[in-house]
Amino acid sequence: MAKKKLAMYWAASCGGCEIATLNIGMKILDVDANFEIVFWPCVADFKYEDVRGYPDGYIDLCLFNGAIRTSENEEIAHLLRQKSKVLVAFGSCSCEGGIPALANLTTKEEIFRSVYLENPSTDNPNGVVPQPVTEVPEGKVEIPEFYGMVKSLDQVVPVDYYIPGCPPEAHQIAAVLDLVMQDAPLPSPGSVIGAGVVSVCDECPLEKHEKVIAQFYRPHQKKPEPGVCLLEQGIICLGPVTRAGCGAKCPQAGMGCRGCYGPLDNVVDQGAKILSAIASVVDIGSPSEDEEEMAQRISAMMGTLADPAGTFYRFSMAHSLLQRARVDGSGDGEGGKA
Amino acid sequence: MSEERVGVYICHCGTNIAGTVDVEDVARWAGEQPHVVVARDYKFMCSSLGQELIEKDIKEFGLTRVVVASCSPHMHEKTFRGACERAGLNPFLFEMANIREQDSWATNDRKAATQKAKALVKAAIERVIHHEPLDPLQVEINSSTLIVGGGIAGITAALELANAGYHVYLVEREPSIGGHMAQLDKTFPTLDCSACILTPKMVEVDQHPNITLLSYSEVEKVEGHLGDFTVTVRKKARHVIEDLCTGCGECERRCPKRVIDNSFEAGLGFRKAIYRPFPQAVPKYPVIDTDNCLWFQIGKCRVCERFCPTGAIDYEQQDELLEIKVGNIILATGYKLFDPRRIPQYGYGRLANVFTSLEFERMVNAAGPTGGRIVLRDGETEPKSVAIIHCVGSRDRNYNEYCSKVCCMYSLKFAHLVHERLPEAEVYNFYIDIRTPGKGYEEFYHRLLEEGTHFIRGRVAEVTDAARQPGEEGKLIVQVEDTLIGKQRRIPVDMVILSAGLEAQPDAREVAQKFGLGCDANGFFVERHPKLDPVATMTDGVFIAGTCQGPRDIPDTVAQGAAAAARIASLISQRVVQMEPVRAHIDEDLCSGCRICNDLCPYNAIVYHEDRQVSEVITALCQGCGACVAACPSGAITEAHFTDEQIMSEIEGILWDVRPQGAHEAALA
Amino acid sequence: MSDNAYEPVIVGFLCNWCSYRAADLAGTSRLHYAPNMRVVRVMCSARVDPQFVLKALREGADGVLIAGCHPGECHYVEGNIKTLRRYELLKHMLTQFGIEPERVQLVWASASEGNVLAKAVDRMTEQLRALGPLRWQETVVQQDKRPVSTDAVVEEVDRG
Repeated sequence: MAKKKLAMYWAASCGGCEIATLNIGMKILDVDANFEIVFWPCVADFKYEDVRGYPDGYIDLCLFNGAIRTSENEEIAHLLRQKSKVLVAFGSCSCEGGIPALANLTTKEEIFRSVYLENPSTDNPNGVVPQPVTEVPEGKVEIPEFYGMVKSLDQVVPVDYYIPGCPPEAHQIAAVLDLVMQDAPLPSPGSVIGAGVVSVCDECPLEKHEKVIAQFYRPHQKKPEPGVCLLEQGIICLGPVTRAGCGAKCPQAGMGCRGCYGPLDNVVDQGAKILSAIASVVDIGSPSEDEEEMAQRISAMMGTLADPAGTFYRFSMAHSLLQRARVDGSGDGEGGKA
Repeated sequence: MSEERVGVYICHCGTNIAGTVDVEDVARWAGEQPHVVVARDYKFMCSSLGQELIEKDIKEFGLTRVVVASCSPHMHEKTFRGACERAGLNPFLFEMANIREQDSWATNDRKAATQKAKALVKAAIERVIHHEPLDPLQVEINSSTLIVGGGIAGITAALELANAGYHVYLVEREPSIGGHMAQLDKTFPTLDCSACILTPKMVEVDQHPNITLLSYSEVEKVEGHLGDFTVTVRKKARHVIEDLCTGCGECERRCPKRVIDNSFEAGLGFRKAIYRPFPQAVPKYPVIDTDNCLWFQIGKCRVCERFCPTGAIDYEQQDELLEIKVGNIILATGYKLFDPRRIPQYGYGRLANVFTSLEFERMVNAAGPTGGRIVLRDGETEPKSVAIIHCVGSRDRNYNEYCSKVCCMYSLKFAHLVHERLPEAEVYNFYIDIRTPGKGYEEFYHRLLEEGTHFIRGRVAEVTDAARQPGEEGKLIVQVEDTLIGKQRRIPVDMVILSAGLEAQPDAREVAQKFGLGCDANGFFVERHPKLDPVATMTDGVFIAGTCQGPRDIPDTVAQGAAAAARIASLISQRVVQMEPVRAHIDEDLCSGCRICNDLCPYNAIVYHEDRQVSEVITALCQGCGACVAACPSGAITEAHFTDEQIMSEIEGILWDVRPQGAHEAALA
Repeated sequence: MSDNAYEPVIVGFLCNWCSYRAADLAGTSRLHYAPNMRVVRVMCSARVDPQFVLKALREGADGVLIAGCHPGECHYVEGNIKTLRRYELLKHMLTQFGIEPERVQLVWASASEGNVLAKAVDRMTEQLRALGPLRWQETVVQQDKRPVSTDAVVEEVDRG
């Protein structure tokens, strides 16, 4: 029997997903026995040209990690979609934009200014900034275009499955690969696989009580009381709004869940939902208070929660309802602010 | 979902909607929307013909969903749900678009109103295709009723229900029932003696086997819902053992401590530190006023204990908390008289011979502090002239904008009583308008005109003792613009009576919150519908009667008390009632036990199962607010009929013309 | 709405007991106010999931008005306090998204305050007219569809 064809690609990503994949341990030998690797830039030398040469649907399983940040990312997403039977959004960035999509809170111009011009460690005396097309004596040099907004994979091509996580847990990856190797029936397309159906709290052993938050703390401001739910201690934890599958590793290490496994099936917008959950249980305000004063007091209290957008959408910005911020330089098209 | 067959009906409501909204255009356009198989406009959808139209279409076109665009769902949602049900469609597969109150009546701009109507109709269509058939909840009704407030409203309601064979707990915070009516002398316009008609009813309450009277008691806590409330009542310590007390009154006679009676006698008379508010008090047991009792204050005396023939005095008695189970509740908590000190220019509290209406009631009462004699504050001098000032604290932007409804009539009654007792005295009534609608009321006014009362139309500017002209010395001068002759006048009188208005009880908001009611801007309890449901409230199983809902006179109060009782009797006789199934539900398979929701429910309807580590909503306790639904970070809680999917779809529909996908469609419409 | 002039669209989330009735009362009393608000009825303002607010903004609303009973008058005792907590945190977050505070407002209107609600809608409509359209998907999300250029940065460097 012919080996199944496996591809893995990294778009706007850090490489953590590849490491996680290799972290499946001895199982990698099974992978090698069952799959023929036909494209995996991180570990084997294939060219885009090779992939273009494959017939459509040639690749049985393509694990696509990383967000869509550049024209190259998008182009390869289309190419791999065309060549793959099953395209999997692999890891938080590919599923929901991930950390790169936090850039959606600012603009491309700001990013370039910061990276190429203003960063203290930048050494760029001529102020060279990448251009998609540069004229040189020999002709035109083209590099991929840096987009104004980061997207998830499914925002540019249809995706069959999602394996969330930053990175996905090795045992979850192994389980999914096992399914494919055994030709087991896969769940209905569009499903999240390699993760749970309830939230991280379900896996989290910390003791939970009726939730009431008296005060917010950033992780460095408080040594958490061991064994007790971090959120109840005022340490922001996205566990309640985040899909299980990781084994609640972060909360058990005293660090609030950062939300990398993304929202649950019935939640559209992870950030809005955790905002609602957290704000609801903050112990401030009562029906007998003066309306104005209470609003000010509550506003001040909520203001002590640092960077709500970045905290609540740390991994899901691209997949959120708003997708990006409206900042100077964005959204100033013809219909923009008068 | 794609196979849903929607019927859309656009109501003209005569010209109420059609005058502003192009209903034909909306109907035509609705007919072109996906899922819509029939769309019509019709003169009056709520008419029986309109409803038959829906029923016929459901059968003929096999409609699976119905949208009616007409008035507010608070008006006719029930009507159209009924039509659906008669045609065999689950009533919850219906949705209403409010294009009258919230569209055609709120603007003159035909184009904008039509556009808005389309958005509201589109929202309803998008929402209704996600509706699910629901069955009403069945609730068993406990046949006992709690009535809070033992004034004439509460007494009437209690007797009605008790006579119908149902048990009543009547809670009154004062030592006796009777309320304000027990303080009044005569009642207008018939001039019956107030006590004479009230006390037999009070006694009936006391003796009725179906009434448990909890006087000197207050409701602490209310839990539960229609059919099954658990109420905690604090029975305050009387320091008198009711089982032993015979009501002989010996303690009261022997008590050495005299106290000004600011409550029943409106400050004009005295009572003892152990007292019954008035001789006919029900129940007959006295109560020790611990703030004034010598034993409680200085640790000496114990005279009452010594003289009590049955040993009923108990200084150690503690408040008692009683838990009672009832199916329904009536609030009949009454009113508070406007405090005329708030209008300093009328001099009450500063000028001795300015009296409040309640003081005057006590004064003219034969059982009152002066034995019915009308005298000045010195307790001796009979006034030769009396001014009665209407609308004190009422119809006045600085205090209460509303009319207190009873003051005109009781002011006329006062005038009559002065004429009767002091035939020589001149009586002046200062009024803005005389308002005497009511059976026999206008006739009473005419009688007063004939009795020689002076009626001066104008709001009194000031009551002063600063004499400016001869004849004013030693008098109170009422400064007023007589608007009928267009002149400023100064009328010197010996006595001034301020006809103070009715206000909500100072703790009305607190009480409202306890029982889950709303208060209006003036603090009066809000009825379910001002015209069609005046004694019910927004909270099922909680009714209101009497002046806690707004100023009214005794006949109206009695009618409301009886009406509230009738509403409850009807619920009890049904034994099981159906309630809206709009409730929250937790899908245990999706619940991670994060416990975010646990503390959010004001009705304690959410319980956490430690063993399974999941939360559950107790359906019967849930009131369907949806606070937990919006907070549930897992999306494990849904609210029936208000699901995320339904509301999200509604949002898409309501923005159909501005959504990027919809804008094109909108341009073509 | 005259033909081409921009007219803001407001999605109003009104609670069944107070503010929806206030809107009914405004109509019944024939108080005319801006026809720019389209109402979604919820049982309590506390049912307003912040997701709904973002959804409305995403789908083309220029503003969102949440209205409920006054604190202390909530039909569900203190649902509106939860609304207020969420609203205040949401406001902080929306600032980070570049959404002006006027675009998402919370108003208390009791069932008898038709005028309060009508005035709030009028005021908000005026504020949104001044701010101009939001049209989130076309002007913010789709903005990377514009030819992306770094000219601005380069020019600045050239000038510098």
